[in-house]
Amino acid sequence: MTDDVRDPRPVLRLEGIVKTFPGVRALDGVALSVLAGEVHALMGENGAGKSTLMKVLGGLHQPDEGTIYIAERPVKMTSPMHAKAEGVVFIHQELSLADELTVAENIFLGALPRKSLGRVDWARLYGDTDRILSRLNVGFDAKTRVGDLSIANQQMVEIARALTVDPRAVIFDEPTASLTDAEKVVLFEVIADLQARGVGVIYISHRMEEIFRITDRITVLRDGQYRGTLNTAETNEEEVTQLMIGRSLDLSRNASHHELGEIALEVRGLSCGKLFHDVDFHVRRGEVLGFYGLVGAGRTEIAETLFGLREPSAGEILLNGESVRIASPQDAIARGISLVPEDRKGQGLVLGMNCRDNMTLPQVGALRSGPFVSGGAEVEIFDKYHKKLDIRTPGWRQTVGNLSGGNQQKIVIGKWLSMHPEVLIVDEPTRGIDVGSKSEIHNLIRDLAAQGYAVIVISSEMPEVLHVSDRIVAMFSGQVMRTFTSEEVTEDSLIQAISGIEPGRAA
Amino acid sequence: MADMTRERIGGLLARQGILIAFVAFMIVFALANPRFIAVDNILGVVRSTAILGVIALGVTFVVIGGNLDLSVGSMMSFSTIVVLDLHDKIGPALAIPAMFALTLGLGAFIGFLVGYLKLNSLIVTLGMLSAIHGLTLTWSGGKNMDIADKEGTWFSVFGQGSVLGLPVPILIFALLAVVLSLLLSRTPFGRKVYAVGGNGTAAVFSGIPRARVVFLTYLVSSGCVAVAGLLQASRSLGSQNTVGQGLELEVLAAVILGGASLLGGSGTVFKTVIGVLILGFIQNGLLLMGLAFYVQYVVTWVIIVLAVWLDVAAKRGRLLSPIA
Repeated sequence: MTDDVRDPRPVLRLEGIVKTFPGVRALDGVALSVLAGEVHALMGENGAGKSTLMKVLGGLHQPDEGTIYIAERPVKMTSPMHAKAEGVVFIHQELSLADELTVAENIFLGALPRKSLGRVDWARLYGDTDRILSRLNVGFDAKTRVGDLSIANQQMVEIARALTVDPRAVIFDEPTASLTDAEKVVLFEVIADLQARGVGVIYISHRMEEIFRITDRITVLRDGQYRGTLNTAETNEEEVTQLMIGRSLDLSRNASHHELGEIALEVRGLSCGKLFHDVDFHVRRGEVLGFYGLVGAGRTEIAETLFGLREPSAGEILLNGESVRIASPQDAIARGISLVPEDRKGQGLVLGMNCRDNMTLPQVGALRSGPFVSGGAEVEIFDKYHKKLDIRTPGWRQTVGNLSGGNQQKIVIGKWLSMHPEVLIVDEPTRGIDVGSKSEIHNLIRDLAAQGYAVIVISSEMPEVLHVSDRIVAMFSGQVMRTFTSEEVTEDSLIQAISGIEPGRAA
Repeated sequence: MADMTRERIGGLLARQGILIAFVAFMIVFALANPRFIAVDNILGVVRSTAILGVIALGVTFVVIGGNLDLSVGSMMSFSTIVVLDLHDKIGPALAIPAMFALTLGLGAFIGFLVGYLKLNSLIVTLGMLSAIHGLTLTWSGGKNMDIADKEGTWFSVFGQGSVLGLPVPILIFALLAVVLSLLLSRTPFGRKVYAVGGNGTAAVFSGIPRARVVFLTYLVSSGCVAVAGLLQASRSLGSQNTVGQGLELEVLAAVILGGASLLGGSGTVFKTVIGVLILGFIQNGLLLMGLAFYVQYVVTWVIIVLAVWLDVAAKRGRLLSPIA
């Protein structure tokens, strides 16, 4: 690397990359060129081929065609170790740290400095680690146990690990997914620092605001194809979205114009140990009730209580005006409460099962002809929601694990719609889902309300909650701070409410 | 180019390795000893694997449900001893249902511990292997159990009889395989077993009573063990306390060989039957080669390791990989 960080030669160049899997052309002649000292965004819907491309770059997949150039030298990436040796380092969305070890041990895992007789040179280990950590400007030291760190700080440990090899290119995959605003600022400083050292940064994210804040260029993929590379300064969100999904995205506010019905679900003084206390709210038929708050504010726990997964310690749940006790998910389902859980892969789907079987899972016991499951009835249900929700899959036999995030989410939503619930709870409806599917799911939620469903949407994304909700419950630390109507809510008042600042007292 | 071919061959080996190895093995053995593929030898193999096979059918449910059952060998010893003992005491017509009830009781106990109390199935069933052995010895007083009048009882029909020229054990194995295959692949219960083994949390979030499903898989497993105990007792009309010893590993080998993943959620009854037959033919082939029968203990282990290796290799598409 020369001293000139504006080196116009790419540190990394991918050309004509083709990768096919049985039945799918995942990458079809994709190109990507990252200059030294550049932050290069890689964008595209889920399923557009970003992850496959990064797996090719990381040596996990071998491309069928095309070449990878590192510093203009063609390289055949054979393994993740090889990629690392070439100075290509990945900061993954999912962290891969050993909780029980210290920060220093994690950072130098597999390469601990040694003294004679194979003894670990602890002094050097901690010294080296602290030197790297000081560059990152973090608030913990080398001897901290990783399990005691916040997610954001664990991510810093991953980054620190990347810095030990003096990388040519660093790939960030959705790095801000679980970071607070303050933590993001630190991350962006780290990225700027890498940039100043002439490292090429690939930044993968769905968040436009960040893309426009920190990147120099944007490469867009759609359906495994290269759609173009834009200079960030010369483009805007609309143009990028157009390239990604072939149309523009609407995120305006969207209160119901139809008449609301009776109260479907009401909760009075509901408490569950330390998780949440004295919660009151109600939701009417035809209404979308948003729950907004920080992670840990108790929103998911309320949903789980309503779905019979947790036992409330106090309070009352009324369904259609009648007080009910919900002891299990079976109870909840029988009473018409459905939950689309926040962790799609962990809680929503059996990834190894096919689309149809996943969709009919809650009612498989009822879909019988004689002692057997009626395959015909199942396919009928699948076909109905396949069409209705526009799920993109070759057919019901497709394993759910092979679908994109948006389509997986639609399978989960279809699963619960097919149960014809009275109340549909959707926890983080678009987490990890690309923009195109996101707006489809938002429209779907609005549609469901228009059809008379009572819908509860829990979300950590303010634009989302503002976009879909008729009313918004703001939660802080297990308590309902305030309930807003869509006319009166403002971003500022919402932020104050979820930060525990009482209305009126704030400036 | 050469690399791609290598990758492809690796992938093919990983996916179909067991079948390829089996076919190669059959050809080599048939060439070395033509008796190997004689009809009576083949029938003999199927017949001798019927007991193992019946148990493997039940264990398939447990494994697909995401658990293990290492107690089946010991449990079969128990049911064999019990039915032989009760045969002379209360007569075969009552002894058989009594043995079934007791064996299902053991299965229910394990199912309660693993399903409702959510205890680790490896620990629970390994412990039960030992505990049931103790129970068997207590029942028998440590003595071998024999039916007094071996000539005069109709009880021998299950293990020794034949219908239309086919041995009854084979018929029972085949019938049970069909019934359990339908249960697993076509009924709501079967679907729930796959869901619970594939992703237990998602199953719970879909309103499936995970604990009950796991409980029932152990009931199926112990029911199959009871059938196997009946076949064993009826065939020999007398037994040692350790007749089922070591069977749990052979059963596990057959189930894994059939392609059920030890992580749960995949496998079929049909594949398990194939696994049982492969194991049976390999053991038979080794005997025909003149190797002592105890060689098969080692071979069983080799087969388990090989099958598990090919299973993970198939998942990652290569035989060797630096990451799991």
